[in-house]
Amino acid sequence: MTAVTDTIAPVACGEEIRARPAGFGHDLAAIAGRALRAVPRDPAAVIPPVFIALFFFIVNIATLKKLTGHHPGFSYTAFEMATAILLGVTGISRAPSLVLDVQTHYLDRLLLTPVRRTAILIGHMTADVAVAAALTAPILVLGAILGVRFEAGPLGVAAFVLLASLWSLAFAGFGYAIALKTGNPAAVNSTFLLFFPFLFLTSSYLPRSQLSGWLSTVTGFNPVTYLLGGLRSLVLGTTWQWGQLGQALVAIAIVGLISMTMCFAALRGRVKRSSEA
Amino acid sequence: MSTLISAARSSTPEIAQAAPRRTVHAGHAIYAEALVRHFGGLRAVDEVGLAIPAGEIYGFLGPNGAGKSTTVRMLCTLLAPTGGRALVAGYDVATQPGQVRLRIGVALQDAALDPKQTGTELLRLQGRLYGLSSRELARRMAELGELIELGDALGRPIGTYSGGMKRRLDLAAALVHNPEIVFLDEPTTGLDPASRIRVWSEIRRLNQQLGMTIFLTTQYLEEADELAHRVGIIDQGRIVAEGTPAELKRSVGSDVIVARLDGDAARVRPVLEAVPGVRSVEAHGSELVITTGDGAAAISGVAVALAGSAVAVRDLTLRTPTLDDVFLELTGTHIERKNTQQEDPS
Repeated sequence: MTAVTDTIAPVACGEEIRARPAGFGHDLAAIAGRALRAVPRDPAAVIPPVFIALFFFIVNIATLKKLTGHHPGFSYTAFEMATAILLGVTGISRAPSLVLDVQTHYLDRLLLTPVRRTAILIGHMTADVAVAAALTAPILVLGAILGVRFEAGPLGVAAFVLLASLWSLAFAGFGYAIALKTGNPAAVNSTFLLFFPFLFLTSSYLPRSQLSGWLSTVTGFNPVTYLLGGLRSLVLGTTWQWGQLGQALVAIAIVGLISMTMCFAALRGRVKRSSEA
Repeated sequence: MSTLISAARSSTPEIAQAAPRRTVHAGHAIYAEALVRHFGGLRAVDEVGLAIPAGEIYGFLGPNGAGKSTTVRMLCTLLAPTGGRALVAGYDVATQPGQVRLRIGVALQDAALDPKQTGTELLRLQGRLYGLSSRELARRMAELGELIELGDALGRPIGTYSGGMKRRLDLAAALVHNPEIVFLDEPTTGLDPASRIRVWSEIRRLNQQLGMTIFLTTQYLEEADELAHRVGIIDQGRIVAEGTPAELKRSVGSDVIVARLDGDAARVRPVLEAVPGVRSVEAHGSELVITTGDGAAAISGVAVALAGSAVAVRDLTLRTPTLDDVFLELTGTHIERKNTQQEDPS
């Protein structure tokens, strides 16, 4: 309907300050900024994943390196770094803080502002990508100390970090979907369990050629197999392996499409529930 | 009841000294027609109508579970109405929620704050989401800092604040974009008396100096009495009376005599109705509420009549009517008593 409005004389005090739509980019930056400021105040959300990644990186090398060490030109340390990176960045998200926003009604306060609803979610995810990229640093440093080299140089490092961050984002969608759907912190914290089949039913610890039987077959259907392939091509290959990088991007896109569809549906449900509950 | 409502609507409330603010619909900052909200089978808000002029403080008074918060959540676009329509600042809450959100400030019943942010961060983020420039934000931060008197605490995480500090910060967050209309949902619930008086003073200032229209829900009778130009009394989802506090109290009678007895008050009701000057007698358990045009003249007759009855009198009080007397007359129970019996479904 069209509103019929009359304008009444404004008062002198504070008359020039008026709310106006800030714009999507502005909304996004504001929400992402808040999410990033919260990271150092919540070290428990980032320290354990890095610790686990570094721990398994070292232990797996110590356990399995000898089995693969006799293959000329193959570095098990470089091979395993991709797995360590995925352990570090998978499940990194601000989804638990979104649950807290639901519980403290702060999400209501955000919904009372003119902020775009999608900016609330994408702002959190933008922060997640930044955090995931930062978390790759200690693993890359350890890898460098252990002798892993990127033949493609700094661009190869950037591609490695980008792939890992995009995967983190794609997987984070599941956490946000659960957060918005349930509003339950325990459910969100268990999101990482979803990664277990992805992690173990693939070539995480041994090259795919060494797997046999049903596991080899299942590995072919696991998107993480192709992601690992893309990441490893940057540290094991001597040139850019465009085919493997392309497969990695497609695998991320498929997982991302599923998780984002779920989390944006959950956002619509949450906003609708907020207006109907 | 209908007489009360029509009498109230024909009255002229004393409203803000400052000019009322900006956009309105046909002279009303808030307008609702037959607003309805169901929760499953429960009709939480039942055909509520509102016509609140710009610049007014409107007190929405009722016990827990009466439908106050549900009404507020519909008016501020957090809750979709099941039926009817509402215009806020001239815009439809169901079809133009974005326009409504730009013009309102809301402090919900539970302070909606992020415990991990500092007060300053929270207010800055609010300002940015309302599109304020850095210069506007700096000015507003200074003004709000004075308003809520949190001082250095603004730099601390909100999780370390007391309940009163959180309430004040929540109020500041509702005001950061200088809204035309402010919804305050039980703003003083849980505050100590000193903090409550400070909030009252601020609400008056916002209305009188800045011309803000204020929709205030409360379960405290004295709060509605102190602050509101007009009061709507809601019970079981319906507005049962509306008017200025003085009009509502006048509708009960000039004076009220309250007698608390040991035993059933209804037994002595006929005796008291015969006392000269007594207008009406209502018995509620062991309590009698007697309205009279001249309490000083009638109380001796009431005391003699009670002394002649077989029921012992615990106390006898003469006072002017309160909004609770209005609520009692309309619903048959005290508002405080209802609060202890019900939980707010919203």
